[in-house]
Order: sequence, then structure tokens, then C-alpha cells
Amino acid sequence: MCTTCGCASGEVTVEGQAHPHHHHDHHHRHRHAHAHGPAHAHAPGLSPARMVEIEQDILASNDAYAAENRAALAGAGTLALNLVSSPGSGKTTLLTATLARLRDRLPLAVIEGDQQTANDAERIRETGVRAVQINTGKGCHLDAHMVGHALEELGGAAAGGVLFIENVGNLVCPAGFDLGEAHRVVILSVTEGEDKPLKYPDMFHASDLMILTKTDLLPHLDFDVEACIAHARRINPRINVLKLSARTGEGMEGWLDWIEAARAMQAAAGRMAQAEG
Amino acid sequence: MHEMSICESILAVIEQQAVAQRFRKVSRVRLEIGPLAGVETEALRFSFDAVTRGSIADGAALEIIAPPVTAWCMPCAEAVEVAQRYDPCPRCGSHQVQITGGDELRIKDLEVD
Repeated sequence: MCTTCGCASGEVTVEGQAHPHHHHDHHHRHRHAHAHGPAHAHAPGLSPARMVEIEQDILASNDAYAAENRAALAGAGTLALNLVSSPGSGKTTLLTATLARLRDRLPLAVIEGDQQTANDAERIRETGVRAVQINTGKGCHLDAHMVGHALEELGGAAAGGVLFIENVGNLVCPAGFDLGEAHRVVILSVTEGEDKPLKYPDMFHASDLMILTKTDLLPHLDFDVEACIAHARRINPRINVLKLSARTGEGMEGWLDWIEAARAMQAAAGRMAQAEG
Repeated sequence: MHEMSICESILAVIEQQAVAQRFRKVSRVRLEIGPLAGVETEALRFSFDAVTRGSIADGAALEIIAPPVTAWCMPCAEAVEVAQRYDPCPRCGSHQVQITGGDELRIKDLEVD
């Protein structure tokens, strides 16, 4: 079982990997670790209680996997975006519309996270883009370990291009799990409440970009766009905001421009690191 | 957030440490959990008992230390304390406040036999 994701023990599946967890056995927790000590060496009452300093982040092992992923992605010149939202925000629709516009220009790949079914990965593959589905079983989020295995499965499919990671639809749990992405993008549809940034502050705080989707429906709704943006900026003064409709295509250019700018920034950062190193 | 999986991670660290530091029973676990860590401490306590049952930490007391939420107010150019992410600076009322601490999620130490 993955050390970072206890909530899906034995139920996580990465498409194409029969035993997705066998590569990192040395990182895995030993359920029977206490049996490795000297057998029966302990005489009750003779060894006094002692304190053991730990000072370890509980998510440290996830963060270590995330760092590995980030280094591998940067090395391959892949811009990785972690897309998070509540279920039904239109993430997959936005993604397929994005892929259709970029696929002739850039190498692309998608990692799809859902509790069950490969429906979304199939929707992605219909665009001709390589996709790997991760089913988290009972789990509520993707973690860096699962994503590492999905990257193995994808090979270099997005080298020099863009990898989209569609996280499990959930505005709470994915906030705490770094996957090794370059940017986290939170997607909020205008059919949801404009106070969602205040209700789920951790997610909006951890994101670099907020995309308001389904804006073609605004004339029929009471959704206050400016109030929503103000709420998001209260949580995260640095957050960028885009408004678009994947259905009509309005605003899609701004999103593609943002991706292009993010790619240019990552490439420049890579060149600087190389020059220093 | 998924307190059950957090407890599984805590137990994993404890079991690794048990091998490295040669102990066989844990009587107390001290955690440092900031108010912004996204962890419900009551749910964590409940999960901790369930996850550690039959393990090296079975019956261990769980002590949770909550550090304050600290922030840097840009207009004041000073460190301040706030309660939540969207709170304004308590001195000047500005929202140009960068959170600097309060999202800790750490195992501090263990009392072991």
C-alpha cells in the first residue's frame, strides 16, 4: 500500500499497471515492523519510557514523491497542470476543448483521476490524446505516488509539451497533496456559489489560477462574478483569474495564452538553473 | 480532509522509526497541527484509535499541539496573528496578508518503551 494514501489501501489502480505499487517496496510501511526488533529482549519494567524526537512532516513521503515527479517533468520539458474542482464543474469538457485546440501544436498527455470508471479517460482518448486513468477506489484525492506510476505508464508522451492532471472532483482533500505539478488550477463553474472560495479556502489558497467556467450561462443566473473574484483574492491575493465557456469557445484564447506563458516561464527557469548549475 | 489516511501515514512513520530507533511500544504521540492544515482534530482522534488498534501504538495517548496562525502584513510590514486565511490584518484591516505559519502537520515526538 502507498504510504501517503491510506484511504485506498489495495484499491488504487493505474491503467496498464497490474501491480501498481511493487516498484517502491522499500518506501512502504512495514505493517509488522515491531517484529523486526530483537525478539523477547524487552524485560517489562526494566527499560524506562524514553522520548524519541521525530519532527517529521506527516506528508513528507508524498512530498518526496512530488519532488521526484517535478524533477522528471522539468527534465522532460513538460509543463504539468493539476486541475482541481468540485464534481460537475466542467473540468473534462474544458479539458477536451483545450486538447482539441492544442493537439496539433504540442505533445500532450492526460492523467485522469476518479474514484471509479475509465469514462473520462475514454472521453480524452476520443480527442486522440494519450490518457491514463487512475481509479482511487475509496480515496478522495490523487497523491504523488500514484501520479509517479502514471508517469511511468505515459513514458515521454508529453515531453516538451503539456501534461494535464485531472484530479478527483473534490474541493477539500486534493488541497493537501502536491503531485509535482508546475501549477495548480482551480476550476469553478458559475452554476456553483460565488462564495465557494470562502467555503473551501485551502484549495483556492493553494492554486495559482482560478478559471470560471460555463460563463455562457451567466445571463440565466444570479452569479456575481466580481464578488466571486473578490472572495478568491481575499484568500489568495496572488491568484490569477480567467473566465471562459468551453461550449461556445469564448475566453478559450486567454486560457491558451496562459498555458503558453507558463511554458515560457518554466523553460526560462530551466535555462537559469542550467546556467547556475 | 481524509483523517484516516493521515493516521495511516502517522502509523507508517512510527513503524519505520520503531525499526530505526529500536522500540516496541509507543505510549504517547505528540503531533503539531496548525489550524490551516485542513485536519479536523476530533476526526483524527477517532481515526487514530481505529488505525492503531493491534499495532505498536495501540492505546497510545494522542496529544495535539496547535500552533497559532501567523501572517505577514504587507502594509504594516509586520508579523501578525490571524484566525483564518481570509482574515484582514488585525492592525490595519488590509487583506494584503501573507500567511507564514499555521499549516503545520508534523509528528513532533513519541514517548516509547
